[in-house]
Amino acid sequence: MGEEPATQDVLSLDDLHAVSGARTGRRHILSILVENKPGVLARIAGLFARRGFNIETLAVGPTDDAHISRVTLTVDGAVHPIDQVTKQLHKLVNVLKIRDLEPDSTVARELALFKISADEASRPQIVGVVEIFRANVIDISKRSLTVEVTGTDDKIAAFEGMVRPFGLVEMVRTGEVAMSRGRSAT
Amino acid sequence: MRAVDAIVECLKAEGVDTVFGMPGGANLPTYDALYDGGIRHILCRHEQGAGHAAEGYAKSSGRVGVALATSGPGATNLTTAIADAVMDSVPCVFLTGQVRTDLLGTDGFQEADTTGITMPIVKHSMMIRDPRDIPGTIHEAFHIARSGRPGPVLVDIPQDLSRVDIVYEPNAALNLPGYQPKVEGNVKQIRQAAKALASARRPVIYAGGGVVNANAAEELTELALADRFPVTLTIMGLGAFPAPHEQWLGWLGMHGTRTANYAMDEADLICAVGARFDDRVTGKLSEFAPRAKFIHIDVDPAEISKNVPAHIPIVGDAKRILPKLIREYRALKADPARLDAWWDRLHGWQERYPLAYPDSEDQEIKPQYMIEALYEVTKGEAIIASDVGQHQMWAAQYYDFKAPRRWINSGGLGTMGFGLPAAMGAQVANPDQTVVCVSGDGSLPMNSQELATCVTENIPVKVFLMNNGYLGMVRQWQELFWDRRYSAVDMGVSPDWVKLADAYGATGLRATEKSSLVELMQQAIDTPGPVILDVPVTKEENVYPMIPAGQAARDMVG
Repeated sequence: MGEEPATQDVLSLDDLHAVSGARTGRRHILSILVENKPGVLARIAGLFARRGFNIETLAVGPTDDAHISRVTLTVDGAVHPIDQVTKQLHKLVNVLKIRDLEPDSTVARELALFKISADEASRPQIVGVVEIFRANVIDISKRSLTVEVTGTDDKIAAFEGMVRPFGLVEMVRTGEVAMSRGRSAT
Repeated sequence: MRAVDAIVECLKAEGVDTVFGMPGGANLPTYDALYDGGIRHILCRHEQGAGHAAEGYAKSSGRVGVALATSGPGATNLTTAIADAVMDSVPCVFLTGQVRTDLLGTDGFQEADTTGITMPIVKHSMMIRDPRDIPGTIHEAFHIARSGRPGPVLVDIPQDLSRVDIVYEPNAALNLPGYQPKVEGNVKQIRQAAKALASARRPVIYAGGGVVNANAAEELTELALADRFPVTLTIMGLGAFPAPHEQWLGWLGMHGTRTANYAMDEADLICAVGARFDDRVTGKLSEFAPRAKFIHIDVDPAEISKNVPAHIPIVGDAKRILPKLIREYRALKADPARLDAWWDRLHGWQERYPLAYPDSEDQEIKPQYMIEALYEVTKGEAIIASDVGQHQMWAAQYYDFKAPRRWINSGGLGTMGFGLPAAMGAQVANPDQTVVCVSGDGSLPMNSQELATCVTENIPVKVFLMNNGYLGMVRQWQELFWDRRYSAVDMGVSPDWVKLADAYGATGLRATEKSSLVELMQQAIDTPGPVILDVPVTKEENVYPMIPAGQAARDMVG
């Protein structure tokens, strides 16, 4: 549908294309500004639950404005119609703004902690991996190493793949936080 | 002043003249303020009744309905009405009492997590944490309830906070930065819609309850008459286009007319206004209106392309958008003759498939005849509040609604027990009009306690009870789709409704023969005060036509 003046040109119905809620097939990062009020996170979580949308990761924290919090969540666009997800979120009165971040113009980071089995023999190998990934060892014991990794979810998944063979005791991930690139606010 | 007195002042400032409710421990302070607050309070016999009464008040008047309940069971009893209001977009404010703040979260007496329980079924809810917020919160609740897509808003007020002395400033500014419903509609899209309408050869206007909510029935009618556009409505929209009318196809969906459903099936363009493509309308989604492109006008952007992808989406208020669409359409000077072939097809269906039923030869009263008699007696001008079931479908089929806000029913949630309290609320909002509750012997007992409210408050609702001894709609499905295995649908011994009416201090009447039914209905309407007219009807009558669940329009039976 282009720019058209109100002429008597006949419009072909066949040329109309639906604005459908089709699946995009990729993972979406939604950056949501909400009023910092009790129960807001419950409203978002409840909305996802009752509409059958699945949250893959979720990170919540304060912003530079004490009245406003930012929720960053990721949703699988292969499974859910993203426009329906965002429209339903918009209906929540405490939701101020939603950005469906474009992957090309977004910086996203996640923090993960890995506790890895380590002995005299394996420790140097693990530290080698840590250096390649520019991760940090933040705790050490006779039988383990705890490592902090920051990066995109791909990087963290790759790190996990590298250290798992050594014996992964446990892992904790924060979920991605993200911002748009450039000068303007997300 | 006390926070509760401020609540009453806020209600008055919002134009509230009547509230429905029931007091209890946690809302005692509110009731103290209501004692001489200058607002009519109607004491209902159950909080669910109060909730539906507020809905009936709102649906019939367009004003915000208000219901009050105490904490715990009072609030949980309201939940069915809240869910009903969210499904049918009814502007209501529900004020619930809550336990004292020092008891919150301790499983105190009559404590329930009201905002948590109702979170999925409200448009919005707020819990008061600072008594100074009470006036602003109440005004925000009304604003949210009535603007955009209307809906229920709940305000939960802890008992101790409602007693605090606060400063009340009238007309406090609203603080809702995240709430800005779109109203106007995109001009380019409206122009595109006009061109699509001008190009269509088999168009249908399909409108719903959103037109009623937007008070846009006149504008919708004007759009239809801007050309010879055929019109169908959802069951929620009845009255938004005046029936009968030469451009009226009847309502659509599971028990709509064949003409309306076939028209959707063959249409090349469907202009949806304030309707949400509910499963009862579409039937099997993949086979719904397979040849059509869709214009979708709705105030709620989330409805657009939710079930059916829209080709021309227009977000905004129908009352603002339709006049612009009409103007754009008229400017195109489309040739009405292009619709001749379409009307030939529509007329063919109308002649071949009129709404009809085999009437009895004797004194047996067919349920369809009962509605026709009701139409005759009320000249089609009563407010009809319906319960849920077969009687609801027959009432919608055989009573033509000429104007909006006269058909009050539970369309989305399908709440049995809705009818009587909703009729009560509608009568309170419309004291000079005849209000008839069409009910069934399954639905009526679910809130028949409200008869006491009607008698006490002198609310002269006329209950016309379609009595077939069955949960008729369930029985129909068991007959048609479950090999006639009638499981738990025989109502057994129901009360003697004439005696029950009498016991409540109302008037009870019973129809015995077809020939005197009209006369008896007239008598019921002429009798002052509430009346129950018990009408024994054919026991095993089915609602037809019907799109069996999960099938397509062209699979209609009956």
